[in-house]
Parts: sequence; structure tokens; C-alpha cells
Amino acid sequence: MPVLEKSGAQVWRRRTQGQSLLRWFGWLIGVAVFLLCWQRISETTTWFFVWDAPRIAEDIWTRATPPRWEYITQLGRPIWDTLNIATLGTIIALFLAVPVAFLAARNTTPSAWLIRPIALLIIVSTRSINSLIWALLLIAIIGPGVFAGVIAIAIRSIGFCAKLLYEAIEEIDQTQVEAITATGASRWQVMAYGIVPQILPAFAGIAVFRWDINIRESTVLGLVGAGGIGLQLSSSLNVLAWPQVSLILLVILAAVVISEWVSAKVRGAII
Amino acid sequence: MMHRELDDMLGTRWRKPHFVTNPALRWALIVGFVAYLIAAVLTIEVDWGRVYEGLDRGWQFILAFTAPDFISRAGDIWEGLLESIVMTVAASVVGILISIPIGLGAARNIAPLPVYVICRAIVAISRALQEIIVAILLVAIFGFGPLAGFLTLSFATIGFLSKLLAEDIEAMDRVQAEAIKASGAKWMQWINYGVQPQVMPRLIGLSMYRIDINFRESAILGLVGAGGIGATLNTAFDRYEYDTAAAILILIIGIVMALEYLSGVIRARVQ
Repeated sequence: MPVLEKSGAQVWRRRTQGQSLLRWFGWLIGVAVFLLCWQRISETTTWFFVWDAPRIAEDIWTRATPPRWEYITQLGRPIWDTLNIATLGTIIALFLAVPVAFLAARNTTPSAWLIRPIALLIIVSTRSINSLIWALLLIAIIGPGVFAGVIAIAIRSIGFCAKLLYEAIEEIDQTQVEAITATGASRWQVMAYGIVPQILPAFAGIAVFRWDINIRESTVLGLVGAGGIGLQLSSSLNVLAWPQVSLILLVILAAVVISEWVSAKVRGAII
Repeated sequence: MMHRELDDMLGTRWRKPHFVTNPALRWALIVGFVAYLIAAVLTIEVDWGRVYEGLDRGWQFILAFTAPDFISRAGDIWEGLLESIVMTVAASVVGILISIPIGLGAARNIAPLPVYVICRAIVAISRALQEIIVAILLVAIFGFGPLAGFLTLSFATIGFLSKLLAEDIEAMDRVQAEAIKASGAKWMQWINYGVQPQVMPRLIGLSMYRIDINFRESAILGLVGAGGIGATLNTAFDRYEYDTAAAILILIIGIVMALEYLSGVIRARVQ
């Protein structure tokens, strides 16, 4: 027990001298790194704009309120597109994620040395790149529009869904699989009756969860030209039509809240 | 009664029980969903000619991954990447520091009702607004540059971390906290010795996870002028320099993988 001598008496303390020195040194480095980072940010900042910020913020606020409510009539189609991007993207992603997940799970992969790393690479690379970047890339390839948005969302979601799904597959109860195998079932029958029923609740949960995230992401895809309500947002921003911007932001907020509510309800019903 | 039912079932084939037991509701759901899907697919305008033309470019992009060009734009890539990392570090530190008091305030078993409501409101606002939208507004207010990105990421971190921290505190073991209180601890001591040890492992794990997310998000903030590698990436796409874009994407994937590995190691150590 580390103790401290204090006028003859021993007082309890949490760490020994060496430990506290090490911790102190760790903190020192941490603070130094942070200050270095802050300095770099500060160097590239025009501080005049920052001091002016409250006035600008107030200016934008007065311009943006009240929202231009009648503009909502033009938002019907963009909202429909946004919903479609999220839903179709999620469905395509799920179709692609299921095989990837089965190839990536340790207990179902055909080859742990060759195929599993490839599946994991697909998962990591699709997951670590944001849907906006996928959209940017797809727009360069297949042109702007809703279709690019759908594909971007689909690709982005593969990794996420496949990762959660393969973790669920690895956690299944092996005895059930064995029981099905013992009845003389073929490989596919084992899959259908031994594995699938066990991961179906997880699968449904993942699907709804990802759909909720995709609604959020698809609202901003339009900023790079991939369709949906973001397109209206970016054009309103470009012409500095702040009342329209504030209305669109309110609509996006409502969409996010509703989708989160729906997803929570559905997940509550399933699990 | 039970036997009669079982006797009736003898000799009939086993059928899977349906997920939704009410047949009318089940069919309504299926038909509604299919109708929606048809409507959704029909309203997506796909210019197949354009897509066909794009396939060639897509193939070129995939080829570019085999020969990424790190050299010719090395300066820009390095600048952008460094800015992304700087923003990530600074925003994570500030975000985590701010989210701890807010997380404490948003836990119902610690905070009094008025504090709870205010903190929950902050969390809700931060979570409902996507990073990119916050970034647009902050760029409009503070001007272009990494400061806007830093503020965006800090704000997003607060929503994410405070919510999860508050949930963790609400689920903590009351007995330990009670014991500390019974020893006559002041409020600060109570938090420090009764609450903090219980939530610390999860807080560290979540913080690592958030650093990972912050880096990924910092890669897109450049699209709206909030600093980071996104601007470089956008330029590379706009100029059809796929080899440079591939190099940047490979770097992002590499850093995300490294961060994920690191966070895995740290989480395994603290738990």
C-alpha cells in the first residue's frame, strides 16, 4: 500500500511516487499536444471574424426568422426522394451485407485464411468512409441525382450492417446448429433452420437502426448533389435565402425525430 | 382440451409460425411495403446511358486503388491530413471535458430536475443536428477554416458522449455511491469516489470510440469549408485525379483502422 510519511505518521495515498510521476508526465504530454493542436488552429483562423461572430450570428438569426412557411409546398418531392434514398439504400445494403457477414463470421466462413480477411477489408473500408464521400465519388462516376445517393447510402451501410451481423452470427448458440446437423440436414438447411432463426431478431434490429441513421445521412447528401432535401438546402444557402434555410432545417429536424421515434418503436416491438 | 388440439395436429405438416399473427394486418403490411417499394423505384430517375458511360470511369477509379498517387499532391494531402488530425485531437479533448459535467447533469439520479432538463435539452439539440449542417452554420458565422470544424466536432461530441455517460450513470450501482456518502463525503468527493470509478472504464471506451468518429467526420467537414482533408479530396474528385483521391481514401481507411485497433487495445485494458 503506497503511504506518505507526514511528521512521523503514515498517511494512505492512492499511488506510489513513481506512479504519480508517470501520470503527471502523461498529463503533461497530453496538455502539450492539445496546446500544439490549438496553436495550429489558431494560426489559420482569422480572429477578426471570430470577434465579429456574435453580430453575424444575430444578423443571420434575424434574416432566418420567421421561416418561409409557404416554401414547404416545394419540399414534398425532395422529402419523398430523401425517404427513398434511405429506404432503398438500406435494403440494397442488407442484401449485400448478409453474404459478407456470413463470410466474415468465424464460425460460418468457408476459409478463415483467404476469404475472411477479404470480407473484413470490405467491412472496414466501406464503414470508415462517410456517405458524403461515397456520394462525391459516385457523382463523379455516374452523375448527380437520387440514384447516386441510393448507391452511396447502400455502400456506406454494408460495412456497418455486416459488422453487427457477423458479431451476432459469432454469438449464436452452437448446440442448436448441432441439433439441426444431427437430423441430417444439408449445409443450406442448417443455415436456414439452425443459424437464421437465431440471428433474425438481431438482423431486424440492425435494419431498422441503420434505416434511422440513413434518414439522417440522406438529408444532407444533396449538399454534394446526390438528391434529396439537401439539394434544396444547398441551393437556398447559395442564394442566401435564409428563411428557406431555416424552414428546411426544421423539416430535417422533424424527419430525424420521426425516424428515430419509428425506429425505437419497431425495435421495441421486435426485441 | 389440450390433447384434442394435439390430436388434431397429428399428421399435419409442421409450418413455421408467422411473425405477425393477425393475417389481415400481415397482408396489409406486406402489400403496403411492396406498393411503397414499387412507387419508390418508379420515381427514381436513372439515366442509364450516363451510368453506362460512368462504368468505365468507375473501373478507372478501382484501378487507381492499385496504383495510388501519394507523391504528386503530397504537400496538399499532408496539410489536409494534419489539419484533420489537429481538429480531431482538439475537438475530442474539449468535447470530452465539456461533456462530463453535462453528462452528470443529464443523469436523473444525480442532478436536480431543472439541471436535468437543461442538460437533456443540450444533448437533444446536439444529437438532432448533423455535423455537416452545424458546420455550414458555423462556417457562415466564424468564417472558413479549422476553427469552425473544431467547434462542430466539439459540439457533436458533447451530444454523443453526454447521453451515453448519463445513461451509464443512471445504470450505476447505488449502493457504492451510498456508502461513500455515508462516510461523510462532500459532493465532489462523492462524485469522485462513488460515481467516477463505476463509469470510468466505459467513459474511456466511449471517448476512444468518439475520437474515431471525430476523425471520420473531420474528413468531410472540408466539403463545406470547415477545414481538414475533405477539401483536398473534393478537389481531387473534381479534377478526376482518381489516383490522388484513392491515396487519400487509403490514408483515411488506414488511420481509422489504426484508431480502431488502438481503441480496442485500450478498452480491453481498462475493462
